[in-house]
Amino acid sequence: MYRITLKKPLNPTVTMMDIEAPLVAAKAKPGQFIILRTDEDGERIPLTIAGYDRIAGTVRIIFQIVGATTEKLNHKNEGDFIEDFVGPLGMPTEIEGLKKVCIVGGGVGCAIALPIAQALHEMGCEVTSVIGFRSKDLLILEDEFKAASEKLFVMTDDGSYGREGNVCVPLNEMFAAGEKFDKVITIGPLIMMKFVVAAVKPTGIPCTVSMNPIMIDGTGMCGGCRLVVGGKTKFACVDGPDFDGYEVDFDSAMERGTMYRDFERHAHEDTCNLFKKA
Amino acid sequence: MPNMSNKKNPMPSQEPEVRAHNFKEVATGYSEAAALDEAMRCLNCKHMPCVSGCPVNIHIPEFIEKVREGDFEGAYQIISKTSSLPAVCGRVCPQETQCEAKCVRGIKGEPVGIGRLERFVADWHNAHSNEAPKCEPSNGHKVAVVGSGPSGLTCAGDLAKKGYKVTVFEALHTAGGVLVYGIPEFRLPKDIVKKEVENLKAMGVDVETNIVIGKTLTVDELFENGYEAVFIGSGAGLPNFMNIPGESLKGVYSANEFLTRSNLMKAYIDSPVTPISKGGKVAVVGGGNVAMDAARTALRLGAEKVYIIYRRSMEELPARREEVEHAIEEGIEFKLLNNPIEILGYHNPDDRRDPKNGCVTGIKCIRMELGEPDERGRRRPVPVEGSEFVLDVDTVVISIGTSPNPLIKTTTEGLEVNKHGGIIVEENTGATTREGVYAGGDAVTGAATVISAMGAGKVAAKAIDEHLSK
Repeated sequence: MYRITLKKPLNPTVTMMDIEAPLVAAKAKPGQFIILRTDEDGERIPLTIAGYDRIAGTVRIIFQIVGATTEKLNHKNEGDFIEDFVGPLGMPTEIEGLKKVCIVGGGVGCAIALPIAQALHEMGCEVTSVIGFRSKDLLILEDEFKAASEKLFVMTDDGSYGREGNVCVPLNEMFAAGEKFDKVITIGPLIMMKFVVAAVKPTGIPCTVSMNPIMIDGTGMCGGCRLVVGGKTKFACVDGPDFDGYEVDFDSAMERGTMYRDFERHAHEDTCNLFKKA
Repeated sequence: MPNMSNKKNPMPSQEPEVRAHNFKEVATGYSEAAALDEAMRCLNCKHMPCVSGCPVNIHIPEFIEKVREGDFEGAYQIISKTSSLPAVCGRVCPQETQCEAKCVRGIKGEPVGIGRLERFVADWHNAHSNEAPKCEPSNGHKVAVVGSGPSGLTCAGDLAKKGYKVTVFEALHTAGGVLVYGIPEFRLPKDIVKKEVENLKAMGVDVETNIVIGKTLTVDELFENGYEAVFIGSGAGLPNFMNIPGESLKGVYSANEFLTRSNLMKAYIDSPVTPISKGGKVAVVGGGNVAMDAARTALRLGAEKVYIIYRRSMEELPARREEVEHAIEEGIEFKLLNNPIEILGYHNPDDRRDPKNGCVTGIKCIRMELGEPDERGRRRPVPVEGSEFVLDVDTVVISIGTSPNPLIKTTTEGLEVNKHGGIIVEENTGATTREGVYAGGDAVTGAATVISAMGAGKVAAKAIDEHLSK
């Protein structure tokens, strides 16, 4: 059992939690993920690590309430326990030797992008961050990004905060002005990452994407998280979750991502109804 | 006077038409009367050929004699001297190619039902006794076992009996490895695995779940933490795919994923939180025991039609005969000498948001014929030109084997693997290329049987004992 030491809503649908898991905290690196089960007989869900405190022995997760499990998780409070918490899984984001990087985060993906930005910032790399949200009330982690970036662009689809437009707008402007980076690292919805890759491609700058497919065991046993990368089958849990954006087949990944959409919607509704009754 | 009947006492089983719709165990086990009668068929041969056929050398005639005497607990104690998982082995071992293949009674009829007797004895013990197997007093040595599947549990059990302090590290949330995520409830009830794990705990073995060796802790850190030897029984790992078009479509599973969803994540129970494709038409590609498990699971989940697609003929089918017969009885259709060349999917050109887009609609196969034997003597299947056909299906389960998991190899210096990724070991000790590190089971051999993994766990336990008693 793993204790929740901190819980903080970041916006109406996104929550931050610190979980006591000293072995995971001791090893965690930006870009890696954990798998948790809220309760016995719960489903296993992967969440990317949003931060860690090696001394306190806690791991930070930030999750969007989208399905039955995240709904259940969000009903737990500080001091409560979650059943299982395993990690750190996957390969850390490769940041060694980078001098100038652009981080592009979308929605709750910003939670994963932040520790990468922070790690780069700490090692003296020049960080430009572009973070995008649907609207102002979904904005998260702006101050934290500001502290970790030389330059920060905040975008909203509806223009209710920052600049109006998607994350590709400032990217394209920077590229048009001749801005160069060692690497672009992007994390967010698949469709956003697909467009970011398309925007970066003409510049030839290496572009890393972080994939978060359907997953069960997370240790390379079930093959549920497979992706087509460079025409080959890759497993996000052991080969990733970071991949070369130019090589990822986003269209098949997007299709696979919808496999259980109906099931998820019903399971989420059922869970909400349970909590309403309680 | 021995029972000279040429036939085994039949195994009582659920009727095929009933069991095809439930997840309860297919075979229900011998009664005491049937066990006594079957035990009478054993001739108690002096040279004990059956024992040489058992990878863990169970003292078979001795335990059967105890059964004959009606001393079922005594029989259990004899089995448990050499086997840590009798209730499991009695169910899933391929006895027909091991102990029973060597049985003298098999020459002129059916061999003694050794597996059925083993299962009877283990079930009797589990129902009537809580006595943990006896262990020697603690010798103060600490050993780490990586993975709680059949090789790990066996190694842990053998070492615990010798007085070692053993900790088993399991990556998943439940101990048992393939016995819980892979083999379905109807062939191996999970309560039985749980009971075997509890037996080990009663012997003083610690089981730590949610720890991935190679990630949460490395093998080096295990040594730093005071473990003097490490046994790696981390299992087979990454599922193989065919690399044909359409394998990313919705409704295509590896057998590991399909079985894990159903077994470990309990999608077979009515109110699961983990989804799985249910109903419709299902094609399972492959001919091993795992393929049979997947096909029979699909049937029980409500499939209207289940096919096994295998590129060779019935003769080469690697699954246990008993499993194949069960599958046929339950109505699974074998499409033999067929090889898939493409999985077909739905595509609505007018609506990109149609939720059916990307769902499996069929599997295109080509007929095969058997040609010249290959280097292993199996006749090589050759495609028959122009014989392609499409089978309409909604789900495809690929069950063509696995490749070893790279997590431990990549984080353990000095641990060498062969070209298939299997850990290199000395056959008679399980010792790897790294001092103090031993390995066995699928992590070494690639996908094989429960009992061969147990045999490897046993060999390594003996070698670890010798290494640490020096």
